[in-house]
Amino acid sequence: MLKDAHKRQILKYAALRFASRAALVASLAALGAVIVFILLRGIGYVNMQLLFGDYGPEPSIRPALFGTLYLILIALAIAAPVGVGSAVFLTEYTNTKSRLSRVVRVAAETLAGIPSIVYGLFGYLVFVVALGFKYSLIGGGITLAIMILPVIVRSTEESLLAVPLALREGSFALGSSKVRTIFAVVLPCAAGGIVTSLILAVGRIVSESAVLILTVGMVVNKMPSSLASPGTSLALDVYYFSSHGYPRQAAATGVVLLMLVIGINILATALGRLLGKGELANG
Amino acid sequence: MDEKPVIAVRGCNLYYGDFRALKDVNIDIAAHEVTAFIGPSGCGKTTLIKTFNRMNDLVEGCRITGEVSIFGNDIYAKGTDVTLLRKDVGMVFQKPNPFPMSIYDNIAFAPRTFGIKRKSELDGIIEHSLRQAGLWGEAKDRLRQNAMGLSGGQQQRLCIARALAAQPKILLMDEPTSALDPISTGKIEELAAELKAEYTIVIVTHNMQQATRISDKTAFFLLGEIVEYGKTEDIFSSPADKRTENYITGRFG
Repeated sequence: MLKDAHKRQILKYAALRFASRAALVASLAALGAVIVFILLRGIGYVNMQLLFGDYGPEPSIRPALFGTLYLILIALAIAAPVGVGSAVFLTEYTNTKSRLSRVVRVAAETLAGIPSIVYGLFGYLVFVVALGFKYSLIGGGITLAIMILPVIVRSTEESLLAVPLALREGSFALGSSKVRTIFAVVLPCAAGGIVTSLILAVGRIVSESAVLILTVGMVVNKMPSSLASPGTSLALDVYYFSSHGYPRQAAATGVVLLMLVIGINILATALGRLLGKGELANG
Repeated sequence: MDEKPVIAVRGCNLYYGDFRALKDVNIDIAAHEVTAFIGPSGCGKTTLIKTFNRMNDLVEGCRITGEVSIFGNDIYAKGTDVTLLRKDVGMVFQKPNPFPMSIYDNIAFAPRTFGIKRKSELDGIIEHSLRQAGLWGEAKDRLRQNAMGLSGGQQQRLCIARALAAQPKILLMDEPTSALDPISTGKIEELAAELKAEYTIVIVTHNMQQATRISDKTAFFLLGEIVEYGKTEDIFSSPADKRTENYITGRFG
């Protein structure tokens, strides 16, 4: 009897180990397949004309590279100070268990879950139509800022809450004001987490397409002359090329986009680790 | 005893919400002495020293009545500059809490707060503070390294140096050795004995041997009241109150 039970245990253990390992292999294989497939299909078509050439008979993604850069800069210029500022207010100036911060937290999580096409529609109705921006990078950038704002607030708030109370006390006990405590102790200690969340937000901007279709106009063949002019982004170019008879360019742009996103994620991890050294040692 | 007390507390009551944590506390603390606060957990000793630099202001729902004077000024009077108060009344906490930055920047923190920017001046303060805290020998070659790399005992001495760099007159120590090993504890105790020549020191401790080793006066707290206060040798050799005797002989607490 006892022996049988023991055998069953061993069998169960082996089965579970096999199943979890198979699941891991399957998920890694899916990820690997996407990357390998995109690379194989597209890497041969990545060339100087596509990357940096003028848009003529042969298409180029130069307008998209600049458009993407502008969109990142606009969105971060708005969302980073507003998002970090809101998080500082929530953690340092209100009780973390107060109704206000609970409401903001729930709201932020809800906003983060809204499909991006809804943000796109909002941007279209407000910036393109009501405010008369027409299709523009600035309207798209502001819409993206609104989209990433809740994510930045939430993750910055988490980073600030992770800064031990003892450090704030230490600063106050040395005669520091609240402002000095926030700028000289709390924010530097949370810098790793904050920078990581900003870079991950850049990743979301780079991979966004639904918002931009409705707000920046997908003008793939013209360099944007100013932030008020319409434009395009890498993700939009992939969509445009594949639906307008440029499958090779679509594949090649996919490679560029994939590399960019992977690069951004590696950068986020590396910077987060570098800046977070001090606080980790405190644990 | 005819000298004026550095800290004078009169009829002090402190409430956390409805809970009365201090009950009619009166105490005079003399200059250039080490005064120890002893008593079981939750008896109000930490609460009392935190009234001396108004750290209790940070606790929500904390209310205080009565008078706490430092150098003759009521520190709870309207118009008191808490920042300057905390510059004069330094504090060392139970757990070492160095900032996750370099040793140099840790100690330069308070001087910079008060506008000292010149490197030569800061260098001088940093060396002096580290020497006072007995850490100069160990730290002088690694001033630019992160303070988190120091051992627990070194971190606590760094926190003492950091507090001294603000050039306080009073140093509050809230169970400064409870997280440290015996050797580090010994070093901190020696420090307290040396530093009293320049500073007035108030130390909260759970360790009664520590109180007898380093303090000149001892106050015994129970349930928010000071039961007995006097010369340390008198308190430990011939306590006047039965409750003090029970506590120091280990019958409770």
